Amino acid sequence: MKSPASLQQRVYELLSSMRFAVSLLTLLGIASIIGTVLKQNEPYQNYIIKFGQFWFELFELLGLLDVYHAAWFLMILLFLVISTSLCVLRNTPVMIKEWKAYKEHATEKSLRLFSHYRSFNTPQPLAQVEAHLTEYLTGQGYTYKRKPLESGDVLVAAKSGTHQRLGYIFTHAAIVVICFGGLLDGNLPFKVQELLGLKKVETLDIPASKVPEVSRLGVNNLSFRANMTLPEGERDNIAFVRVRDGYLVQDLPFTVTLKDFRIEHYPTGMPKSFESDIVITDSDLAKPIETTIRVNHPFIYKGIAIYQSDFQDGGSKLRFRLWNLAANNLNSNDIDGVVLRKGFLGEGDAKLTVEFNEFRQFNILNLSSDGKGKPRNVGPNTTYKLRNASGQAREYVNYMQPLQLDGRSYFVSGMRETVQEEFKYLRIPADDALEITGFMALRQAMRDEQMMQQVASRLAQQAPGDKPALKAQFEQSLLQLLRTFKKGGYSALSQVIETAVPKNQREQAAQMYLKLLNAAALEAYNLSREARHLGKADDGQVTAVFIQDSLNAMNDLFFYGTPYYFELTNYELKQASGFQLTRSPGQNWVYLGSVMLVVGIFAMFYIRERRLWLLIKPQQQEVVLAMSSNRKNMDLDADFESKRQHIAVLLQ
Amino acid sequence: MNTSMMAPTPFWQTLTKFDWVYALLLLAGGVFSYHQYAGYMDVYEVSFLFGAVALFSYLGWRWNAIARLVLGVAVLSLLGVVSYHGDLASSSQQFLLKFLLASQSAIMWMNVLFVLAMLTYWLALFQRSEFTAKVASALTWAATLFGFVGLMVRWYESYLIAPDIGHIPISNLYEVFILFCLITSLLYLHYEQTFKTRQLGGFVLIVINAAVGFILWYTFDRHANEIQPLVPALQSYWMKIHVPANFIGYGAFSLAAMVAGAYLLVQRGILSSRLPAMHVLDDLMYKAIAVGFAFFTIATILGAMWAAEAWGGYWSWDPKETWALIVWLNYAAWLHLRLMKGLRGAMLAWWALVGLLVTTFAFLGVNMFLSGLHSYGTL
Repeated sequence: MKSPASLQQRVYELLSSMRFAVSLLTLLGIASIIGTVLKQNEPYQNYIIKFGQFWFELFELLGLLDVYHAAWFLMILLFLVISTSLCVLRNTPVMIKEWKAYKEHATEKSLRLFSHYRSFNTPQPLAQVEAHLTEYLTGQGYTYKRKPLESGDVLVAAKSGTHQRLGYIFTHAAIVVICFGGLLDGNLPFKVQELLGLKKVETLDIPASKVPEVSRLGVNNLSFRANMTLPEGERDNIAFVRVRDGYLVQDLPFTVTLKDFRIEHYPTGMPKSFESDIVITDSDLAKPIETTIRVNHPFIYKGIAIYQSDFQDGGSKLRFRLWNLAANNLNSNDIDGVVLRKGFLGEGDAKLTVEFNEFRQFNILNLSSDGKGKPRNVGPNTTYKLRNASGQAREYVNYMQPLQLDGRSYFVSGMRETVQEEFKYLRIPADDALEITGFMALRQAMRDEQMMQQVASRLAQQAPGDKPALKAQFEQSLLQLLRTFKKGGYSALSQVIETAVPKNQREQAAQMYLKLLNAAALEAYNLSREARHLGKADDGQVTAVFIQDSLNAMNDLFFYGTPYYFELTNYELKQASGFQLTRSPGQNWVYLGSVMLVVGIFAMFYIRERRLWLLIKPQQQEVVLAMSSNRKNMDLDADFESKRQHIAVLLQ
Repeated sequence: MNTSMMAPTPFWQTLTKFDWVYALLLLAGGVFSYHQYAGYMDVYEVSFLFGAVALFSYLGWRWNAIARLVLGVAVLSLLGVVSYHGDLASSSQQFLLKFLLASQSAIMWMNVLFVLAMLTYWLALFQRSEFTAKVASALTWAATLFGFVGLMVRWYESYLIAPDIGHIPISNLYEVFILFCLITSLLYLHYEQTFKTRQLGGFVLIVINAAVGFILWYTFDRHANEIQPLVPALQSYWMKIHVPANFIGYGAFSLAAMVAGAYLLVQRGILSSRLPAMHVLDDLMYKAIAVGFAFFTIATILGAMWAAEAWGGYWSWDPKETWALIVWLNYAAWLHLRLMKGLRGAMLAWWALVGLLVTTFAFLGVNMFLSGLHSYGTL
């Protein structure tokens, strides 16, 4: 009878049991899935927008926003390490014993009960037979132990492939080593310091130099993964570690200067390489290190690896032609802007702040209407925000060059009122010189009272018939039409139709109005061209489409949300390179564990443990063969069969 | 009585004249490539080149069919390369290229032959005909030959587009699906020979033909067969070892799942007189999962080492990494139950079958539904 196990004993049994280990493996697998379904480590704002305040708070409480660093997840890992360690501790002595032992204490009775058992009778003298048999076993890769029994029989206990047992120790110790390495690189020390109130995540957007000591990580920090963004020509000796909705400042034991950042492209427009020329300066260095880092080619200094991770604009200088669409004349002037800086427009209540947020030199877009064409580079664009006095902002994205859409060229500008919205695009048709001026001049011609009258009178002149009264009336209607369109675009026109025309004639009236509007616009366009000393517009389809597109654009401008159009005319590129800086002392442990794991797995799968016994009984002229393996499978059957045949031959 | 004749012959003495000629040819090829292209290779790639010479020599020695396959692939690929005369346009003008050896043609032949092989295996199963089964094996070998020729020629074609676009064709979903078909079929052919049974061909070729179906859809609907240049993150020697190791894993797990399917049918008495015995299927399933697990482990480790070089950390809990871990944990649990607990039977077969779903999600689903660092093969 076993005595009832103590609680301690039972806990130990549970923790070191395989049942527990396999349950942990399964639990770990399921827990890992969460982090792949829910996007991890996004800015908190994104979660609130996507899931709402309630779910966001619940997710945050459960640690689902950063599952792999959540306390409960680390607990699972910890239990896995404990369970595996105990498993190793518990089984290693057994395995080592199995590895060394020959099992020469097997009894004849037990051997005869083996499933792989055979008895042979031999006419040969058994002393000689024994020599042959042991020589044969050695040839087959077995080692053996000879044990004379009291009965005068001799037991030869042989084994081969017991190194397989080492595979067990290797694989399981490997898991412990890998987890240990991972733990070294985890953020456990920071978590402890945060719990003790020694460190605090900074959430305010303040200059790095103003970040208090409590949110800084020292040069001696053993392990970190931090980011640094450097504009060309600038230097820094700190990096940022993102934590939840804030950050920590990581001080570096050296200074990095970015000399140049380059992107190369393939002919298809796909990026081919990202390279940064950097200089590392350090008081420990006699001479600064100049080096180039690229994707897949980091540089390591003082145990800190510097990786090329991303890039952005570092303050490009932009030149715009600013069109004031509310002015009563064709008004444009040149202004300058710098990415990441602000500018101001207008005065008093109408004062606007311009925030130049981004400039991208290359934009690979697929503009084909069916989406099946090839993406190609459509040239630079810039993103900026216009913020009014009360702090509300609209975001705009403008392309520098006209984009080819449906076979025609447009200046494209996107607008959105919140970051969650998609951009709505304004398409301004390019004129025959591929410039925006044609449209702007046309628009001005259709807004200027004098020119509108001119257009109306010219069109009335061209109209058929010769009654002056009718012509004068027609001219007045035209003028009214133009004024209405100027005031409110298509919707103003449709209002007029709805109030003045009976329901059944509205469709017809609308078509009539549009036809007249197009004709008037064509006339206005020609007038505007005269004023710019250009010849009459081409009389064909191209001009007709341009006029129609222009009218649409003028209508869309009512929804553009600002009277300013920023036409990007020139730029001076200044890029910023994004680096990741990591120090990871656990890496070598993880690699050591990985090597152990692979060695162990191959040992476990491909070294076949075999135990073989030969009981030589001189009195009976009999030899008993028995074989076993810790894994019963087909290989053992085949192996036994070949041994049996060979031994039968030897004993003949 | 002399026992030395029963001792296993030392490996070196088992090698035939053919084996030596084969190895020397491989070495000559390696030396020639080194001589021609050493300037374009870094030290790792040079070691891969000679590592491949050693590896394929060894594989060919252990399994002669591989030697014949390698020689066949070499002859046809070189013929294809020579036929190009350095001009990519030849692929649509030159008869031999247009209908046989240009990568698109060779891959189409692979597709057709895999479909035929599957039908023939099933026919053989119902006819109980050894001869038909042999034909099916031959078709599978031919499909594999054409698949490898297709990849080799594609490799060359990529350099014809532009020297800086050239790269090994295992860089996107289209290319790795071909690799998957080839590795799965080679693994199957190996087991077919060692277990002396051709009855499982019809089952294993189901999963291969599912991949063939995907390749066809991807080619005709998405035009994904065009050669694309490599994004900066993929420009690394690691790709040459990480990807193949991974696909040995995927291939072996898929093979195991198909055998598991056969096992479950036999257990229910379906086709049981035509399929191998249950203990044979069980053994095969274990062996395939063991191979898969070993290589999947290596692949994941190589991936971690690559990630440490490209993304700044050996483990970032990226969806692909995490799903690789889930696959690994899944089969680790399977192996624990099989090896330590000695569990056998339907439960493990079902598990291996479900394991294929997990593996497929890690391979495809992650690219389709989740986003992350590892998004090279988006659909």
